[in-house]
Amino acid sequence: MRKRHPADPRVSAGIVALAAIALLIGGAFAGLLFEGAHDFSGAWSAFDPYLLRVIRFTLWQAALSTLLSAIPALFVARALSRHPRFFGRAFILQIFAVPLALPAIVAALGILALYGRAGYFAGVLALIGGGSWPGIYGLSGILVAHVFFNLPLATRLFLEALQTIPADQWRLASQLGMAARPAFRLIEWPTLRAALPGVAGLVFMLCITSFTIVLTLGGGPAATTLEVGIYQALRFDFDPARAVTLTLLQIALTFIVVLALTRLGANVVGDTNLPVAQRRYLSVHRSETWLNALLIILALLFVVGPMAATVMAGLGADLGRLASEATVRQATLTSVVLAFLSALLSVMLSLALTMARRALALNRRAGAKTLLEHAADTGAGFVLVVPPIVVGAGWFLLLRHAGDVFAIAPVMVVTVNAVMAMPFALRAVRPAYDAASERHERLCAQLGIAGWNRLMLVDWPSLRRPLATAFAFAMALSLGDLGVIALFGSDSVQTLPYLLLARMGSYRTEDAAGLALLLGLVCLALIVAAHWLGREKVRDA
Amino acid sequence: MRTLLYALVSATVVALSGPALAKDKLTVYTYESFTADWGPGPVVKKAFEAECGCDVEFVSVADGVALLNRVRLEGASTKADIVLGLDTNLTADAKASGLFAPHGTVADVNVPGGWSDDTFVPFDYGYFAVVYDTEKLKNPPKSLKELVEGSADDKIVIQDPRTSTPGLGLLLWVKSVYGDKAPEAWAKLKPKVLTVTPGWSEAYGLFTKGEAPMVLSYTTSPAYHMIAENTGRYQAASFEEGEYLQIEVAGITTTGAKNPLAAKFMAFMTGPKFQDAIPETNWMFPAGKTDKPLNPAFDKLVKPTKTLLFSPQEVAANRKAWVDEWLAVMSK
Repeated sequence: MRKRHPADPRVSAGIVALAAIALLIGGAFAGLLFEGAHDFSGAWSAFDPYLLRVIRFTLWQAALSTLLSAIPALFVARALSRHPRFFGRAFILQIFAVPLALPAIVAALGILALYGRAGYFAGVLALIGGGSWPGIYGLSGILVAHVFFNLPLATRLFLEALQTIPADQWRLASQLGMAARPAFRLIEWPTLRAALPGVAGLVFMLCITSFTIVLTLGGGPAATTLEVGIYQALRFDFDPARAVTLTLLQIALTFIVVLALTRLGANVVGDTNLPVAQRRYLSVHRSETWLNALLIILALLFVVGPMAATVMAGLGADLGRLASEATVRQATLTSVVLAFLSALLSVMLSLALTMARRALALNRRAGAKTLLEHAADTGAGFVLVVPPIVVGAGWFLLLRHAGDVFAIAPVMVVTVNAVMAMPFALRAVRPAYDAASERHERLCAQLGIAGWNRLMLVDWPSLRRPLATAFAFAMALSLGDLGVIALFGSDSVQTLPYLLLARMGSYRTEDAAGLALLLGLVCLALIVAAHWLGREKVRDA
Repeated sequence: MRTLLYALVSATVVALSGPALAKDKLTVYTYESFTADWGPGPVVKKAFEAECGCDVEFVSVADGVALLNRVRLEGASTKADIVLGLDTNLTADAKASGLFAPHGTVADVNVPGGWSDDTFVPFDYGYFAVVYDTEKLKNPPKSLKELVEGSADDKIVIQDPRTSTPGLGLLLWVKSVYGDKAPEAWAKLKPKVLTVTPGWSEAYGLFTKGEAPMVLSYTTSPAYHMIAENTGRYQAASFEEGEYLQIEVAGITTTGAKNPLAAKFMAFMTGPKFQDAIPETNWMFPAGKTDKPLNPAFDKLVKPTKTLLFSPQEVAANRKAWVDEWLAVMSK
């Protein structure tokens, strides 16, 4: 097989990306195990009845969060895709990337400002419920916060998939006078279904590793995730062996769920023809228009609410003084630079993996997927359930004999963030790449276009917008990161979220609120810039 | 695009590389709020550098627990000469790591209950306390018993002892008052607990947002609000059973044992130039001699009738069992 096909550079790129990821995670595990190998007693003692309850709760809250985020997102994404000229659509989509950049505690406070015991809606909610409003502490609070983070994310990713539907299909549907329902069944649903396992898996992974949200809004240690156990193992107990054991358990559980999710999916047969239609022919019935508008506005209100509360709180701070502080400026610059570099690396990794997966799938034609293809496909996504504190601590242990750990701190922050953001970027890039490849593969093979030329001349035009989306997500995610920086942070590398938490930790709540606003604005500005760079010039999406 | 990238990369390199070093250097690992612009770090650095003619480099991590872990992660190759900011709940583990050297002097300090440790020297102390909002709570509890048995409508936000120092503090506080009856006490307190946050920041944030009228914090918290914000709205409740003590200490590492500046810094630390900075930057009580009298606001704070404290050995030996006991009650 391999002899007849000259080595595809796309596969090589994917192998390099996979090797880099494997090195990052494997190195961390090696470091921790090397340190913890002499004492595995803590690892075994972790398996007690309490752990079973933790596992049950972890899976339960993650499953519910996924369900409540992904299913509404399907319809919001569809509504957005059917109204390409919806008022403020581009801005709504940009706003939808901002929650990812908010540190969990900022989001939690924003949500509580609305639905908490002292929230804006407490009076109304008390009237409805009778008696005083107890706040949303407990499972409901956890779910609201997780949906706040993940509904916009899932919407964006589903929309990205819907936009790969060739304009010709819409033209045909229009010529046939296809109504909304059959159009959904025949055109939109197959595409959404293909994207569903990936998106749901991603949301699930984000929720299974949730930590601050679960503890703060959960109301007590009955609401605890495995991540808390991992954190505890590395914190007060300093038990690397137990941290690794629990991390592996977390990966195994996620693996089972993700495997089950893939059963929900389907492979779409892409359109191998070059697109002829210049634009999408979409006629939406009036009643459907109203319904869609309502759906979009509801989703928008849900997402914007806590953000507006954060903005309101931020406006109460002494913003002028904050902006003039050298520390704040330095932290802003550091954050932007680190986020930019992480996002760049992340997008490159995800593109390499996407290309490799596609090339492998094409070479294979029929038959079972190879291990390499599995790895490039869903395998790499599992990095999300490896807690950054584990990666950081492992590398610390590994590198401490090798030299100056401080010097590598920025490298570590960039790399870990890039890898953690890669699964997001992957979801954004893959549908577009696969669809483009379906159309261009034969042509490229016939004309002998490959490698760099192919990427720039053939793939780039259709990848431009999804790459910008991927870049924006990766940047937002890195911007809000606290996991890696908390371990590696020193006075030379202070990011905005780090500074924000520091202010919060020394009574300066107003400053923290101001910094949260600043962080949100920086994030929005970067996202707008990414979209402006990635905008499509030829045809309207 | 390429020029932009180049500019960004060079900006990072410039931003991340420090100045060249020529003078003797002392490296102090501490927690973040110590080195913040408003913390004691900048004052202390300036004063000690003037005295020793050396360079002081602070390296800060999130908090005391992270501090110990950072040193453990680095092991014997640590760059720290001094680790400043552990508390007595961590010193037994810190000693067991073998990474600290005895200071070899008699520490001239004044902390409640006295001090005799050969490795660590205290630099400040404080008491855990239930801080309440006077606008929301007219009759604050007068004892831990009243808090435990009071109405479930008056909520309190506490921290998780698995992840947070004050959280562990409350656990030890309840244990020292209730002993074997601690699980029963926690069971009674449970309905009053609004939520259990991972750290102090989250809990205090919820409290100042008005989510709960009480929070677990320090007796010195009201001093910050009185001095920096000029408000007496937030006050600490005084408990009949006494308050649990937290003593913050510093120690010389095995690396620092080879640096003569380390011992000098330890002596400096308990002197007035360091101690004067503590009350209004670290919001704790000074453990050594001060030149300046404390701000009058400190006189208005709750003075514990009794000081509660387990020895480092007791904490190290029982922490896990006590946390599990807490977890069993609170996660029902």
